[in-house]
Amino acid sequence: MAKFILNGESMTADVESDTPLLWVIRDELDMTGTKFGCGIGTCGACTVHVGGRATRSCITPVSSVEGAEITTIEGLSEKDDHPLQISWKNLQVPQCGYCQSGQIMQAAALLKDIPKPTDKDIDAVMGGNLCRCMTYVRIRSAIHEAANAIEGEQS
Amino acid sequence: MLKRIVYGVSGAVIVGLGLFSFYAWNSSIDPIAPPVNADYPPQVIEQGKILAAAGYCSTCHTTPGGEAYAGNYEMHTEFGTIYSSNITPDVETGIGGWSEAAFNRAMRTGVSRDGHHLLPAFPFEHFNKMSDDDISAIYAYIMTSIPAVNQVKKENGIPFPLNIRWLQAGWKLLFADTQSFEINENKSDQWNRGAYLAEGVAHCGACHTPRNALGGEKYDQMYQGAAIDGWIAPSLTSTSTSPIPWRAQDFYEYLTTGNSPYHGSAAGPMAPVMHKGLSALPKSDVEAISYYFADHSDAKESDDPAANSNLQTAIAAQHIQTDLRIDEGARLYATACQACHYSSDELVKGRPLLTLGSATHLDQPTNLVNVILDGVRNDQGISGVVMPGFRDALSDQDISAIAAYLRQAAGKSAWPELQQKVSEIRNQPRFEQ
Repeated sequence: MAKFILNGESMTADVESDTPLLWVIRDELDMTGTKFGCGIGTCGACTVHVGGRATRSCITPVSSVEGAEITTIEGLSEKDDHPLQISWKNLQVPQCGYCQSGQIMQAAALLKDIPKPTDKDIDAVMGGNLCRCMTYVRIRSAIHEAANAIEGEQS
Repeated sequence: MLKRIVYGVSGAVIVGLGLFSFYAWNSSIDPIAPPVNADYPPQVIEQGKILAAAGYCSTCHTTPGGEAYAGNYEMHTEFGTIYSSNITPDVETGIGGWSEAAFNRAMRTGVSRDGHHLLPAFPFEHFNKMSDDDISAIYAYIMTSIPAVNQVKKENGIPFPLNIRWLQAGWKLLFADTQSFEINENKSDQWNRGAYLAEGVAHCGACHTPRNALGGEKYDQMYQGAAIDGWIAPSLTSTSTSPIPWRAQDFYEYLTTGNSPYHGSAAGPMAPVMHKGLSALPKSDVEAISYYFADHSDAKESDDPAANSNLQTAIAAQHIQTDLRIDEGARLYATACQACHYSSDELVKGRPLLTLGSATHLDQPTNLVNVILDGVRNDQGISGVVMPGFRDALSDQDISAIAAYLRQAAGKSAWPELQQKVSEIRNQPRFEQ
């Protein structure tokens, strides 16, 4: 039996200990905002937060997050109004949209640690999140816009 | 003449064997009815609970997911597989019939209640450094607070002749430090408190001190690092290969949070040491242990890591663009690792800078490869944060490319036969807790 906190709520799932966290989130708990991409932790579509840090859920066995706090795209903000979600809409970042929840979760973790990232910082941290539609330029702009918005809120 | 020599030698052998048997023989101590709570004041039992945690008793005496202290934890040694004993107060299969005198003798000399010698996987030569009061407190805690579990110990996989128990007496005579703990008058009280804990109950040297061919600790190389349980317990002395010296406050941060930003995280067998073990000790005791080890590592409190050129070099090196189309290791690192292992211009805790990390700077790739394969769980490293494992995601070739890239980026010479080593590490028994 796996136990962890998902978007602020205690969850249990009757699964084998080596089940990937992504399968538990999508198939057992029916939260499908997090996507399956490559299955080997090298495309970023399955990114969630564990303890506030971006984590590839497709290669994270559920046993290793026992008791941890997990946030998915559904729990990133209460009204879908995280500065990144706003800038994503403003700049119409998504094209097909499949990778976007992973992109936003990764970007949110980036802004927590590096509040004013340079283009190089964004490339370094976001480089593991692939976008088949090549929306990288708009992703980068949206991250800068969200960083500015967060800075504006704080000052 | 020849006859006389033969008689003489035979006589000497017989006398020698006789004396050795006398030395090796230990009496059985009569069993008792298990003590009850009322026999010990609550503060003694509480102290025993803290010390039992700080000695990681449960780590080696509990199978993964099994009943606490019921034994049969599997240990892979170079001499064969050993299963730990049941130390619950069960009279039949545990230590329920052990008197305090029998427990004290086992903790100090590695002799079981019935007189047989215990194997030195049980670090009695460290526990012997403890005071009688502390040993008594652990006894009180185990006997009164741990539920008795009836579980028979599995047979060890130690081949003949190493399984002959009375030979252990010879091992003890040759290799075990039988001295009790002595205060070093030239050092402070804090240092001595740290030494008492580290050399005694916490038995740090059991993993961090190299051992000879027969498994005896090489006391002249105390804390200089050793291979253990498929991992490397790094050197804690000035022989450390870490690019940033370990100060007392670095040890303290590592031992209390599971991570030192300038060195790395507590993974593998070290994770329970800090998460389930030393975290039970009062703050002043962890400070004392940190102070004691900082003295061994020769670091000065005035050494500011932020001003260390190795740190500046490592941070700057992150910004050098490698041609990802050419360098496979750099490409895989950018894809699989850099989302977390990148820190811009300032080192952020929780974003370990791997070119600085101890694991990258060890002479063996073991620890780095172990972490890439199996990640870092919630109850390892920094609490609440996990790293996924790439065991089923990346091939030996992929992992060796990443490790080689990191090693080169750290300015160190390449690890020899790296891909072969990755394969060996992948296939070794996994450390479980």
